Amino acid sequence: MRLTFTVNGRKQQADDVWEGESLLYVLRERMGLPGSKNACEQGECGSCTVRLDGVPVCACLVAAGQAQDREVVTVEGLADFARQRDHGGCAAEGHGISLDDAKRWRSKPGENAQLSPIQRAFIDAGAVQCGFCTPGLLVAADELLERNSSPSDEDIREALSGNLCRCTGYEKILDAVRLAAARSEEAV
Amino acid sequence: MDFLRPASWEEALAAKAEHPTAVPIAGGTDVMVEINFDHRRPDALLDLNRIGELREWEVGEETVRLGACVPYTRIIESLRAELPGLALAAHTVGSPQIRNRGSVGGNLGAASPAGDSHPALLAAGAEVEAVSVRGTRMIPVEEFYTGVKRNCLEPDELIRAVHIKKADGPQQFSKVGTRNAMVIAVCAFGIALHPGTRTVRTGIGSAAPTPIRATAAEEFLNSALAEAGLWDSGQIIPPAVARQFAELVSGAANPIDDVRGSAAYRRHALGVMARRTLGWAWEEYRGNERSARCA
Repeated sequence: MRLTFTVNGRKQQADDVWEGESLLYVLRERMGLPGSKNACEQGECGSCTVRLDGVPVCACLVAAGQAQDREVVTVEGLADFARQRDHGGCAAEGHGISLDDAKRWRSKPGENAQLSPIQRAFIDAGAVQCGFCTPGLLVAADELLERNSSPSDEDIREALSGNLCRCTGYEKILDAVRLAAARSEEAV
Repeated sequence: MDFLRPASWEEALAAKAEHPTAVPIAGGTDVMVEINFDHRRPDALLDLNRIGELREWEVGEETVRLGACVPYTRIIESLRAELPGLALAAHTVGSPQIRNRGSVGGNLGAASPAGDSHPALLAAGAEVEAVSVRGTRMIPVEEFYTGVKRNCLEPDELIRAVHIKKADGPQQFSKVGTRNAMVIAVCAFGIALHPGTRTVRTGIGSAAPTPIRATAAEEFLNSALAEAGLWDSGQIIPPAVARQFAELVSGAANPIDDVRGSAAYRRHALGVMARRTLGWAWEEYRGNERSARCA
């Protein structure tokens, strides 16, 4: 079947999608966006977390056909998504990032890096080790800070309870979310 | 495989009548796991996400009519006062990502004995609104479960809503697992006090082929509370009564040994949860709200 949906602010189309295929498979294998990670395929690890019409979900548990006509934000579009949000922009045509740009995305620490505040905070706090869980955590943490700009430690732990990390022991990840929250308070 | 995408409830019923083997998919948190692991290859998936009314609820005089696809997150945010037991149970489901997609309708459709909402539905009292092109059936939830992952839906029926009695007294829910998040219940227990009718109802999860009520325990407690006049006096429940209630709850279960726990452990844990949740609920009835967050 054909799937038409919005990915990171741009209309996309995929053909010959198998009816039992997951949104995650479409994103990784058909759109060429490998940022969302494929691990447990049963909703336990959170490494495939994306926003579906703004709601954080496990992309491995969304049937591809369920994304028809809906909006998906992946980690590749997170910096652009955060920028739009900060500038009060709406998703008009011409916004968003193309698949080619998304595929070329690199985290270049430096003045001109295309990083959302939460990505910057993860780097600065040393919250990334092997990096496999990072995309899902970034999407989940960004959504937490969107609805709660000064979360308590309990709020952070609950918001990230569906994202497993086997390297860090989570402390640096909690630090990163606190750092991003503190920076946004300063900016106001 | 077909992917059926009805835009309205009527279209969904027509599609289910035409394709009785089609598997309804709402949040996908159960169905997609089975497809991802190749445990299931349905002829067709019937996507319910485009039917807006399934994500709505109505608070009526005595019941809440909860649309089949209302995500757990909404129940936690918006129905804590009307459905406190279900809201507590909903909060133990998976993770935020899962609670954003999973729903009570899905829990009933999957009919896993470990489903988190079942004990709360059994304790509160609930009816499943099962609909087909032939008409509507209201099925009491205790008759809905027929076996492990089996329910009494006909092949052409879909769950439209669940009608749950609004709380008329304190409700509690407790679940045993290895951590606080992302846990399939080793076993679970729900209790609801109904001061209006001076009855107590219970629900046991993950400790029998289907979710069940502990009816002998309920009957024992109902008469013990009545005989001692405790509903009126508001005195504490004598420890011997609580102990007997716990033993009867343990005895009502029919658990198995599996990777998550042994049958003996499940029976023991159920007794502990029954005694504790009764204590918490009764304290609240006496006017002492419980402050701790974890069950």
